[in-house]
Amino acid sequence: MAYPTDRKYTKEHEWIQANGASAAVGITDHAQESLGDIVFVEVPKVGAELAAGKTFGTVESVKAVSDLFSPASGTVTDVNLELATSPEKVNKDPHGSWMIKLALKNPDELDGLLSAGDYEKFVAEEAGH
Amino acid sequence: MSSVEATPAIRKTALNLVHRQMGAKMVEFNGWDMPVEYPASIGCGIINEHMAVRTRVGIFDVSHMGDIRLAGPQALAAVQHISMNDASRLALGQAQYSAMLYPEGTFVDDVIVHRLASDEYLLVINAGTREKDFNWVRDNTRQFDCAVENLSDDFTQIAIQGPRGVDLLEKLTDADLSAVKFYWVTRGTLCGLHNILMGRTGYTAEDGFEIYIPADEATSARVWNEILGAGKEFGVVPCGLGARNTLRLEGKLPLYGHEISDTINVWEAGLDRFCKMEKLEFVGRAALEKAKGAGVKRSLVGLEMTERGIARDGYKVLEAGGREIGYVTSGSPAPFLKKNIALAYLPVEFAAVGTAVKVEIRGQGAAAVVVPTPFYKRPKKSA
Repeated sequence: MAYPTDRKYTKEHEWIQANGASAAVGITDHAQESLGDIVFVEVPKVGAELAAGKTFGTVESVKAVSDLFSPASGTVTDVNLELATSPEKVNKDPHGSWMIKLALKNPDELDGLLSAGDYEKFVAEEAGH
Repeated sequence: MSSVEATPAIRKTALNLVHRQMGAKMVEFNGWDMPVEYPASIGCGIINEHMAVRTRVGIFDVSHMGDIRLAGPQALAAVQHISMNDASRLALGQAQYSAMLYPEGTFVDDVIVHRLASDEYLLVINAGTREKDFNWVRDNTRQFDCAVENLSDDFTQIAIQGPRGVDLLEKLTDADLSAVKFYWVTRGTLCGLHNILMGRTGYTAEDGFEIYIPADEATSARVWNEILGAGKEFGVVPCGLGARNTLRLEGKLPLYGHEISDTINVWEAGLDRFCKMEKLEFVGRAALEKAKGAGVKRSLVGLEMTERGIARDGYKVLEAGGREIGYVTSGSPAPFLKKNIALAYLPVEFAAVGTAVKVEIRGQGAAAVVVPTPFYKRPKKSA
């Protein structure tokens, strides 16, 4: 799958799509594919303060539990409640299924993240290790 | 992500390449490179594979399981000595669930004992305990006139599981499978191979068969593909260890290292009905008699989460007040039941159905309740 170029990526397999000072966060196609059938998404409540690189939630498949790492610092402004009842949407449309929205503390933080091309290379290297 | 540990040469079944070509996600399981699930692009994934077995049919490569053959004039006496069920009750072609025990009454392994001939038995054992089991059987049967052979590498073992499993397999064999009852075996020609052992057994809490074919790669791949081809009309899918685990958990079938181990005894595991104390002697019997007299302190119970959260292997179980009282041996979402379930060891005073407990998930207690087991029981066919 081609990774959308309208956003940035982390080595922990999250994506972040900024729109001015706010941003949506989700997990990548590679992440959903590695996890398998996703059955549980747990994220913090609106108002929670997140720090870049720190865990902010959990995603679980039938088989595995995986931490979510925040790509950037900021305050949670919205939570995708649909994923509480239909977590399988993350498998079907990983890049369209945002998990949280953030008011970014420092939008420049995103400059240090991976581009779509760099992320794709990173995934290929990880697979070929 | 987890670090990669150095392991002594990882083992592969004869179907390894076939799994890889089908795009299976491979994992290490007890020293074996095994498929955990097949890709969504061919209608698979743990949930789809699980549902296929409950409603149609799925096939599993279970060649990592071990096989020990005991044959000779005293084969029955040897089997009786090393296993807790009563093998003297087995007719020719019949099989039984049993276990081998240490003198302490704890588990060496659980096992399916097949009576293949009047003085020939086949024990099918777990992958992770193959060498340990074989050495243990050999060492504990020396006093009997009976040959003990490790046939583990001789077979590719394929499980065909689900309500349509019998219909699928019938297309490929001349054996009359309708005459084979649950936990019986037969032999016949299968995919052109003569004298193939087929047992109506499995580890999915569903009807189905396990077949034992020669372990060469070409034959194994041919039979695997012929089964998938013949099963198309029944909606067959290949299934990995992920679905195997969720299926066995719904049926409360124990897994070595989880529900049974060398520190858990038969009474705690609730396997009483497979342990025949009326047998005068078997390894572990004396300790079990003593343990029963002393009273059983903990037992294996089924839990269902009543709050959001998934119990996982090793999670702590707490009483309502927050005190730790036990642990989860196996926990997972149950794809067919659509609930989050778990098996756990709890003190007997917490084992009654309806008892409210909590499971500690990432530092928080999530509510659960003790429920009857097995969680899933297959519907009885009206004959």
